[in-house]
Amino acid sequence: MKKLAYYPGCSLVGTGRAYDESLRAVFEKLGEPLEELDDWNCCGATSYMSIDKAKAYGLASRNLALAERENSDLLTPCNACYLVLEKTRRHLAESAEMGHRVRHALDAVGLRYEGDVRIRHPLEVLTQDVGEERIKEAVEEPLKGLKIAPYYGCQIVRPYATFDDQYHPQTMDRLLKATGAKVVPYPFKTRCCGASQTGTLPEVGIHLVYRLLNEAKARGADVLAVICPLCQFNLDVYQSKARREYDLEPIPVLYFSQILGLALGIPAKKLGIDRCVVSANPVLERRAAHAA
Amino acid sequence: MRPNIRTEADRSPEFARWITSLPGAEKVRECMHCGLCSASCPLFAYMDYSPRQLMHLGREGFRDDVLGSFSIWLCTSCYQCTVECPRQIPVTEIMYALKRRAIEEGVYTKHLPIPVLSREFQRLVTDRGRISESWLVIKLLLKTGIHRMFGMVGLTWDLVRTRRFSLRKETIRGRKDLARMLEAVGSDAEAV
Repeated sequence: MKKLAYYPGCSLVGTGRAYDESLRAVFEKLGEPLEELDDWNCCGATSYMSIDKAKAYGLASRNLALAERENSDLLTPCNACYLVLEKTRRHLAESAEMGHRVRHALDAVGLRYEGDVRIRHPLEVLTQDVGEERIKEAVEEPLKGLKIAPYYGCQIVRPYATFDDQYHPQTMDRLLKATGAKVVPYPFKTRCCGASQTGTLPEVGIHLVYRLLNEAKARGADVLAVICPLCQFNLDVYQSKARREYDLEPIPVLYFSQILGLALGIPAKKLGIDRCVVSANPVLERRAAHAA
Repeated sequence: MRPNIRTEADRSPEFARWITSLPGAEKVRECMHCGLCSASCPLFAYMDYSPRQLMHLGREGFRDDVLGSFSIWLCTSCYQCTVECPRQIPVTEIMYALKRRAIEEGVYTKHLPIPVLSREFQRLVTDRGRISESWLVIKLLLKTGIHRMFGMVGLTWDLVRTRRFSLRKETIRGRKDLARMLEAVGSDAEAV
């Protein structure tokens, strides 16, 4: 496996820090500790692209150049970062003019990018490079009895399906099954969470959040598992608002890496479990009592 | 109520040429109105014009309807329309281009916080190299109405009690390099 430079992205050092904590803990436990890309910058997300396309590609490309200098691929857990970096990688390869402009700009600050960096996601690395067998063997606390709705969000499989199926992604399902938990069918697994509309247009954003949570409940899930800090924020932090407006039972929203970490026997504290606004403790305690 | 009728006189041939000259968007001419973009769009139910209608109005040059549409600000770039389109029309990328042009021309609905969010996000990143979520929200509220802060007390408290709230200003060491780089990339040109 080519060396991986971990690119947490802005949310993972902010409101999504439980994702950062749990990923680091899981990879360390599996014997592949994460090394952060030095002095990485924001990917630009959807906002920068809405203002200036050329500069948006320039901004994202600095990270590709930094990774190439370290002879590494990028490990990118956030859906938005993943798509922006992958889109930039492709666009620089396909558009001669943009490629030229960006290389020229990188050159002005002593950086180079030849196109030799892959953008990788923890789900891909854990299922392909580490492998489910190794993970199954490392499970210390099987999560028997826990029912999980796997929610992937949008930008991880669209518009590019790089490591998973576009319509029925399975990598997270497989990892969650490896923990001994039950994965419930969840047809909304790649439906949009509302992104920043929860804040900017609540009447729209909160309704989308409600639909996703309600469906998970209707499918019998105890928790939702997510892979994106914005999805987690919307479904967890805005859940109380959705519950004020709609008839809805509370449901905790955990990162897949937190669930995996619990199964690997990592203490809840180290995984940031108590950073959920909708506490996961009642569900986890009930499961443990039931399994005992 | 004003009837929603458009005639030849409302068309801008320049706008039609512009939209179909965007990368990959010449395919808009081949749209067969199957409506999969609209049917698959998670925001469709909240829109004024559907994605299919926007593509059609755009290729016919109805500039004011398209750029003034609420729908372009509802688009969250989830790319469902793009992967569904049997004609491979890059609907999401066209939506991005429409947002950029609406911001450039200042024709978007002024009370909408979404374009303001994009602008503040872009400024913060250009200046510091990273986003600090709390500061982004504070800047947004200062621009779109400080009264909105009252609605966020509960949410902020939830973040504080779960230790997810921070007022730290994230920044990178290579700020000056980044600024020089962005300068060297130059300004936007839709033709690339």
